[in-house]
Amino acid sequence: MKSKNIINLQTFTGGIHPHLDKSLTGRKKFKPIKLPSKVRLPLSQHIGAPSKPVVKVGDIVKEGQVIAEASGFVSVPLHASISGKITAIKKFPVCSGKHSMCIEITNTETKTEINSTENTNDWKKFTPDQLKTMVEEAGIVGLGGAAFPTHVKLSPPNNKKIDIVIGNGVECEPYLDADRNTMVSSPDKVIGGIQIVMKILGCGKGAVGIESDTPDAINAMSQKTENISSINIVPLKLKYPQGAEKQLIYAVTKKEVPCGGLPMDVGVVVINVGTAVAIYDAVVYSKPLYERNMTIAGNCLNESVNINVRVGALLNDIIDEIGGFKTLPSKIILGGPMMGQTVYLLDIPVTKGTSGILCLNEKEISIFKMGACIRCGKCLDICPMGISPAQIAQAIEFNNTDIAQQLGVFDCMECGCCTYVCPSNREIVQLIKLAKQQIKNKG
Amino acid sequence: MSSYKLKTSISPHIRSKQSVSKIMWTVNLSLMPVFLFSIYNFGIQALFVTLTCVISCVLIEALCLRLRGKPIDTVFDGSAVLTGILLAFNLPPDVPLWIPAVGSIVAIGVAKQAFGGLGYNIFNPALAARCFLLSAWPVEMTTWQVHGITGATPLGIFKEKGMSYLLTQFSSQSDMYSKLFSGNIGGCIGETSVILLILGSLLLFYKKIIRWHTPVAYISFVFILGWLFGGQKGFLSGDPLFYIFSGGLFLGALYMATDMVTTPLTNKGKFIFGLGCGLLTFLIRKFGSYPEGVSYSILLMNTATPIIDRYIKNRKFGNPKGKK
Ligand code: SF4
Ligand code: SF4
Repeated sequence: MKSKNIINLQTFTGGIHPHLDKSLTGRKKFKPIKLPSKVRLPLSQHIGAPSKPVVKVGDIVKEGQVIAEASGFVSVPLHASISGKITAIKKFPVCSGKHSMCIEITNTETKTEINSTENTNDWKKFTPDQLKTMVEEAGIVGLGGAAFPTHVKLSPPNNKKIDIVIGNGVECEPYLDADRNTMVSSPDKVIGGIQIVMKILGCGKGAVGIESDTPDAINAMSQKTENISSINIVPLKLKYPQGAEKQLIYAVTKKEVPCGGLPMDVGVVVINVGTAVAIYDAVVYSKPLYERNMTIAGNCLNESVNINVRVGALLNDIIDEIGGFKTLPSKIILGGPMMGQTVYLLDIPVTKGTSGILCLNEKEISIFKMGACIRCGKCLDICPMGISPAQIAQAIEFNNTDIAQQLGVFDCMECGCCTYVCPSNREIVQLIKLAKQQIKNKG
Repeated sequence: MSSYKLKTSISPHIRSKQSVSKIMWTVNLSLMPVFLFSIYNFGIQALFVTLTCVISCVLIEALCLRLRGKPIDTVFDGSAVLTGILLAFNLPPDVPLWIPAVGSIVAIGVAKQAFGGLGYNIFNPALAARCFLLSAWPVEMTTWQVHGITGATPLGIFKEKGMSYLLTQFSSQSDMYSKLFSGNIGGCIGETSVILLILGSLLLFYKKIIRWHTPVAYISFVFILGWLFGGQKGFLSGDPLFYIFSGGLFLGALYMATDMVTTPLTNKGKFIFGLGCGLLTFLIRKFGSYPEGVSYSILLMNTATPIIDRYIKNRKFGNPKGKK
């Protein structure tokens, strides 16, 4: 049953079809680029406690060497992404707009020999616990954007039985195209990574959800799973935000993660396909996570590309390396246009969680004037979480956070669909984010 | 390189191309067939009434925005024009022209702007104005003409003299249906042509500006109630087709009860709203002193909208069935 009928594709309820597509990167292959001569690795590029440096300024480090260790369970070690000398350990500007502790490595030699892949391990001979330790030591976090430490995800409490591991091959944000590339260029690694996760969790079933607009990825992955009956490739109807965990789980299994719950509550663990590759590399090639695939796109660039970037490389250097700007950018976004974060300068590093860099020009960003809600009901129709964005936003506008909470403001996953569709340009999800912050600050 | 002027903002960074004024102008456009037909059916007077409504609505909107210190550019967002058209469509074609002017003041000045402008009004402005006019000047508001001949509307005749007398006004029963359906009868400017109202609304359904829930619930409930209890010879003797094709039901169900601002947000709520309108319309037609009850029903249900929105919610994702 590997060849799927494309007629009745599964999906989730609600959601939108953003008007932008992926044509900018033209579904291109990865473009090879030079290694950066300088990287800055923030100590906190994951959810959880920041890593603790184990090197000092002046030390010479090799690519892949541990330069900071995990501090606590929900934390990960950090590895040098290039060989060179530690030139600074201090606060630098990072993507959040703040300054944060970073380790700066400057490459002294002109060429670095790449940690070759000569000794490969057969992952099947390791025990689940050994495998999990390898994932932990490789500093792997979710590469879909959230950057949650993967080993934590792979350690569900004993009473939660995991029945299925779902590979997230849905790249639902407009522009972003790197996950598709990953699946096309190394499908065996993706499958291998998922099999490793299945072994760690002692679960016999796997699936990979992929949207139907990437037939090349579906084909590549289907071919590789031809003889692996435990892993199913599930083509999904194109829709945003299908890559959100709860929506993907519903699309693939028809199970709903309960409000406020986690995927493991319905026996599921979701692993981004990029993360699966990182897991495979960590186990089979003993290679820690210090590089990642991403899309760099936008009309003000000379060329939009999919590339493999060293963690800690500065936006400046990456953009220069791929050909620079054609016209002045007006807005630079890390991540996708629906959920990404804008940055105000280019002197900041990409992190393990950066899925893309978008450089938008004046025309691509428009300034919107927020109007009154005309109660068109569109946002209610499309909200994938089934809450009432219109009423929540109104409550927040009137400073009524209690009502906003009753209406389920914390069920909102901040996908931004409501703001996208609103004909009155209401900044619904922006208000929601603000209110969440206010409520949390209150205690 | 850090000398670029980069804008920062909170995601999402892109928006759909939909806008309030696009929605409003699309609705206006969808009403054009009915508008043209009304001129054909009632003569040039229909044009004058409609123009008076539209122009005075726009002027009063501008005046109110000015007085409230609001930006005046929303005058042409199409909503004032729409209110004007809908008000005109709910007036008899030969009202003296000061009536539409007064109506526009009530619609825009009182029902819309006094409540806070577009989005904040509780009542459908056009209907609020029509009901005001009807109680203030009942004679002017219920004098009908078709092709220059003064007469009552089919609903009025039915209410006064019964179905058998009404049928004598037409050559046959099917002639009555076809005249009702095509709109070749007396009535308010925009309510008579069922076929053109449906045609126009197709555009709105296609553009997803209106949903089927309210109109379907509304019209089918009137159909059922009219069939069961609407006849003058007891249970099941009603003529359901006559019940739905006469009066302003289609105009009301397709264009007034689907007004976004004054009706429920959820589709479930819209369905309930439609049922409520259906029930009230039937009750007023059957037991009230007016032959027609569409306007009052919708206005009454407008007041129920906040309650419906309070209790009728979409099902939350991940909420076990049956729980709130
Ligand atoms: S309310 Fe939250 S979950 Fe719903 S559409 Fe808006 S951002 Fe998405
Ligand atoms: S989409 Fe905008 S205008 Fe429509 S109901 Fe939601 S908040 Fe109101």
